[in-house]
Amino acid sequence: MARSNKPIVWSLFAAGGTFAAFVTPAMIVVTGLALSFGLLPPEALSYERLSGLIENPIAKGIVFLTVFLPAWHAAHRLRITAHDFGIREDGLVMMVCYGLASVATVMAVYALLSL
Amino acid sequence: MSLRTFELEIMRYDPDKDSEPRFETFSVPCEEDWVVLDAVNYVKDNLDRTLSYRWSCHMAVCGSCGMMINGEPSLSCKTFMRHMPDKIRIEPLANFPIERDLVVVMDDFMDKLASVKPYLVAKEKKAVEDGSYLQSPAQLKKFKQYTLCINCTLCYSACPQYALGEGFVGPAALALAHRYNLDSRDVGRSARADVVASNEGIWECSFVGACSEVCPEHVDPAGAIQQTKIASTLDYFKDLITPGRDK
Ligand code: SF4
Repeated sequence: MARSNKPIVWSLFAAGGTFAAFVTPAMIVVTGLALSFGLLPPEALSYERLSGLIENPIAKGIVFLTVFLPAWHAAHRLRITAHDFGIREDGLVMMVCYGLASVATVMAVYALLSL
Repeated sequence: MSLRTFELEIMRYDPDKDSEPRFETFSVPCEEDWVVLDAVNYVKDNLDRTLSYRWSCHMAVCGSCGMMINGEPSLSCKTFMRHMPDKIRIEPLANFPIERDLVVVMDDFMDKLASVKPYLVAKEKKAVEDGSYLQSPAQLKKFKQYTLCINCTLCYSACPQYALGEGFVGPAALALAHRYNLDSRDVGRSARADVVASNEGIWECSFVGACSEVCPEHVDPAGAIQQTKIASTLDYFKDLITPGRDK
């Protein structure tokens, strides 16, 4: 039997799952909840501060990973879920799922580079 | 000791007479400490001598008495009657062809087991007089859990991927491959990878985890498969960077 090339998507899936489990919740707390609950001063996430922060290449990289990894995780998960639900057009499912993840990736790169 | 009577709905199939499997119900008075296997033995000894099923040790070691008990793949020698409702449905292990009554055809599992080379592939053969291959307790600990498999195939019955019949190598065989791959005396990992790291191997697994839930020996085949996925992914990228590195 030939060795599979699934490691390519699986490594993104695994990294994305880990990222989504450990980092994404912290991101949601900081960017979504902390401000609303008054845990951060209103100006903490002001436009000027954040646009200054995102100019830093490391910050850009982290924001990119926040979009890129979970997107590929979700894509692979949805592909497997489709299979579990008995959908056998794997080629089509792959194109849709990985296609959407690719679009998210390209959009993230474009948005970050144009900032 | 108190007796309680159970209705056993047992799946019957005689390939010479039946066009398809059917159910037959038996009333069985059970002792407090009986397991399902005792009740099935009671049927065989007292009610119908033609009932066919496999069993041997009666102590969760031989792995031959697996059955679907109320829809769960279970060892009938480990499932106590006192935990059961009054009516019990007993069927042959799911996902395998039925040979007769509760006996299933295990050839597919046997072939898959053999395909992963579930034995020690040593670097060089040692003569008996040169002594044994030494191993430290720490080295043993790495894989000991995966040696506990009794080949009962409950995990194959529980696995929705195996049920699809698309050639999945399956939980127990992959867990055993992992057991030998982790063994410090073994060098067979790359030979096993042709099956283990193929599309029908670990990559067919979608991590449902049912195998580990039903495993009577707590082997955790699902965990073994996930660990193998990580190792195989690293192998894949190492092979990309340095082709032919383990030739
Ligand atoms: S891994 Fe567990 S359930 Fe599967 S065959 Fe081995 S002992 Fe049985």
